Amino acid sequence: MQNTASVLDLVEVTRRFRAPNGAGELTAIEQVSLSVRPGEFVAVVGPSGCGKSTILNLVSGLDRPSEGGIVLNGQPVEGPNPSVGFMLQKDLLLPWRSIVHNVEFGLEARGLSRGERRERALRELKRCRLEDFAASYPYQLSGGMRQRAALARTLAIEPAIVLLDEPFSALDAQTKLILQRSFANTIATSGITTLLITHDLLEAVTMSDRILVMSERPGRIIDEIVVDLPERDNPMHRMGSPKTKQYVDHLMATLHLEEKAA
Amino acid sequence: MSAPDIIDAQATARPTSPPERNRVFVAPTLSGNHMAILGSLAFGVVFLLAWQFLPPALGVPPYIIPTVTDLVTEFGRMAERERLIFHTSSTFFIGTIGFIIGSLLGAAIGYALGMSTLLEKVLSPYLLGLQIAPKVAFAPLFIMWFGYNAWPKLVVTILVVFFPILVNVLQSMKTVDRDMINLARAYSMSRWQIFWKIEVPASMPALLAGLRIGATLAVIGVTVGELVGGNTGLGYLITFGEGQANTAMVFNAIILLTLVGIILYAAVAALEARVLHYIPRAQR
Repeated sequence: MQNTASVLDLVEVTRRFRAPNGAGELTAIEQVSLSVRPGEFVAVVGPSGCGKSTILNLVSGLDRPSEGGIVLNGQPVEGPNPSVGFMLQKDLLLPWRSIVHNVEFGLEARGLSRGERRERALRELKRCRLEDFAASYPYQLSGGMRQRAALARTLAIEPAIVLLDEPFSALDAQTKLILQRSFANTIATSGITTLLITHDLLEAVTMSDRILVMSERPGRIIDEIVVDLPERDNPMHRMGSPKTKQYVDHLMATLHLEEKAA
Repeated sequence: MSAPDIIDAQATARPTSPPERNRVFVAPTLSGNHMAILGSLAFGVVFLLAWQFLPPALGVPPYIIPTVTDLVTEFGRMAERERLIFHTSSTFFIGTIGFIIGSLLGAAIGYALGMSTLLEKVLSPYLLGLQIAPKVAFAPLFIMWFGYNAWPKLVVTILVVFFPILVNVLQSMKTVDRDMINLARAYSMSRWQIFWKIEVPASMPALLAGLRIGATLAVIGVTVGELVGGNTGLGYLITFGEGQANTAMVFNAIILLTLVGIILYAAVAALEARVLHYIPRAQR
């Protein structure tokens, strides 16, 4: 895993929070080390409350680790950082802005001219196949299209890495499949480095190159699986592969899901 | 386009030009709307007829309830003899100016308190106290301070409009989606950029709801100011008419005050339709 050319490195990162009742501390993640190589798609899976979202907040610079360090593109992360794009379950589109104006949002804190912003936004909308909806408002789009618009906004800032925090979990089953396919395709063609945080094991297997499995709180990385399947750009095809089922079974065993259900 | 895209694209109807077959479904609701409008008009006509003929038939004298024709006659007399246009425009202008100043102050202080948690915590008990205090009761006090001129009316109007707008704006500032603010922070936006690009637009529905309330309260404020002192405005005409036992005059002044309120309210509604165009009509 030691790779000098990695985009993102977490080195023995621990994050503790003060417990809600004020007594003592909660350790969200403990001694987490991971690195993501350029163009790689890494998924992080684990039970709820294992600190997956803590990792996202730390990498995006919105939160600071209690111990350890985070290095992005060779630079230590010490605050919000223009080379990180993140997406949540909620699309977080601003309802009062048209879609193209929403995509421009992330570019407005930078020294870009109005024309450059519009040009980049339209390019990303085209990549997410939403160019016909540039002038529409978020309420006029379906949930899946809104998430694609959010991806366009995320890609418009040309981030070094995209963090996806369960971006498909609020969608219905069919929209989810379509959107996974759409995201996988966009991400593969743009070659962007991606860290996907999810609780959906099948999603992790069908979309990623590598899966990191986290334990219950305090979250630690307990397993690493290299997904040796073709067609990362087409999760629907991967779904049909018998090897996919083996990977999912392996993940279920690692997370002791069957024992918990019994 | 691959198959999945087509499915996704069909999931949302484009807002432009609905297909012909949709019109068949729209037609019944349209005629339903027509029915409602006709019904409202019919109700108005029946109400006016009842007002005209019922009180005389029941032996109610015109100094208790004047008939509709009495009101129209009195209206003509007031326009000729009582400087009705002057009094109406005085009420309208003081109400409007008070509404605008009160709204601006309420919004400005609401945003300032929303930006500073400490300031809000320090001031909130006093603001709550003032909000509960009946503002119109201050009117005599303002007359003692400012005299029998336009100032007391203006200040009462500002005061009654101020609070609902402040409270609405402050509440909306406190309930802005934290994830949206985090998104802006992740895009390295400054505190001011977050304020202008997220907090202010996100507060617009609440601000406009406050303005709607403020528009109706402004008329109450200016009326109370005029009732309590001075010799100008529709509120003054009410006390004047009362002194002369001229019931028709009082009724006419009330009707005109209502019209002033309707104009203010309609202006806010028009503004709201413009500003909140991005919210589907059904959810507004």
